[in-house]
Amino acid sequence: MPVNTSFEGRVLEPAGTFVVGRENVRDFARALGTSDPRHHDVEAARAAGYADLVAPPTYAAQISMNAEKVFFDDPGTGVDWGRVVHGEQKFVYDHPLVAGDEILTTVHVDRIREVGGNSLVTTRCVLTTVDGAPRCRSVSSIVVRGEQS
Amino acid sequence: MTENTVPGRRVFEGIGVGEQIGATTLVFDRARLVAYAAASGDRNPIHWSDPAARAAGLPDVIAHGMLTMGAALDLVVGWAGDPSAVREYGTKFVAPVVVPATGQVEVEVAGVVRKVDEASRTVTVELAVTHDGAKVLSRALATVELR
Repeated sequence: MPVNTSFEGRVLEPAGTFVVGRENVRDFARALGTSDPRHHDVEAARAAGYADLVAPPTYAAQISMNAEKVFFDDPGTGVDWGRVVHGEQKFVYDHPLVAGDEILTTVHVDRIREVGGNSLVTTRCVLTTVDGAPRCRSVSSIVVRGEQS
Repeated sequence: MTENTVPGRRVFEGIGVGEQIGATTLVFDRARLVAYAAASGDRNPIHWSDPAARAAGLPDVIAHGMLTMGAALDLVVGWAGDPSAVREYGTKFVAPVVVPATGQVEVEVAGVVRKVDEASRTVTVELAVTHDGAKVLSRALATVELR
């Protein structure tokens, strides 16, 4: 089933906050294999001028993915997760994500296209703290493969 | 307790287009995919279940694109000396990294400076990311602000 193109242009206001957790930052950095002390050692992060552990840059993906669930889990969109592959990803950072940050994410469904039996969906997430401080903009394109491909 | 010395951010002056920033090898196995699935919240079973991967038309379990993208960035972060130096990072995912049930697979990462911007003191590095000689990421560009 192709993706419902009538969802293009929708803006989904934040459904709740995502709190960047200290242990989650450590686990995420460990899984990536990054040993920078600012991801693991609170004192090192504070000495570098941050309130707490600094999340690795691509940590933003899990916050945006979490926010996009509202869209993708809507049965009306027609997205079959078993047929989804990640096509493109881009992040623009305003400020690093830091443990303790409470993040609000607005999801913009920028583009839905049918190409060669597949659906391409481009979403843009804008991440800010609950106090309105900008953190990151994330643009993600996924390919929902058609039944024939 | 601070066990490691916190590296400082690299100085902007003296960096030229074409400069190699180094190379590294990422090693992926199923345990690492499961660790990334748990830490990232991306629990799509194509990243840990053989039947789910095959049902999705894949030869076997594949690594999360975001794991490859995130782990490859560490080369740039290490070179820049600071994870918070990263201003932009983007890529296209062009081929999956298949990770079998046993053993390990290697992903090669190398970086070269593509752009230097005096006004913003930023440097854009392109990462070449390959597995078994085939490109995994395309146009993997990371922009870092230096000192």
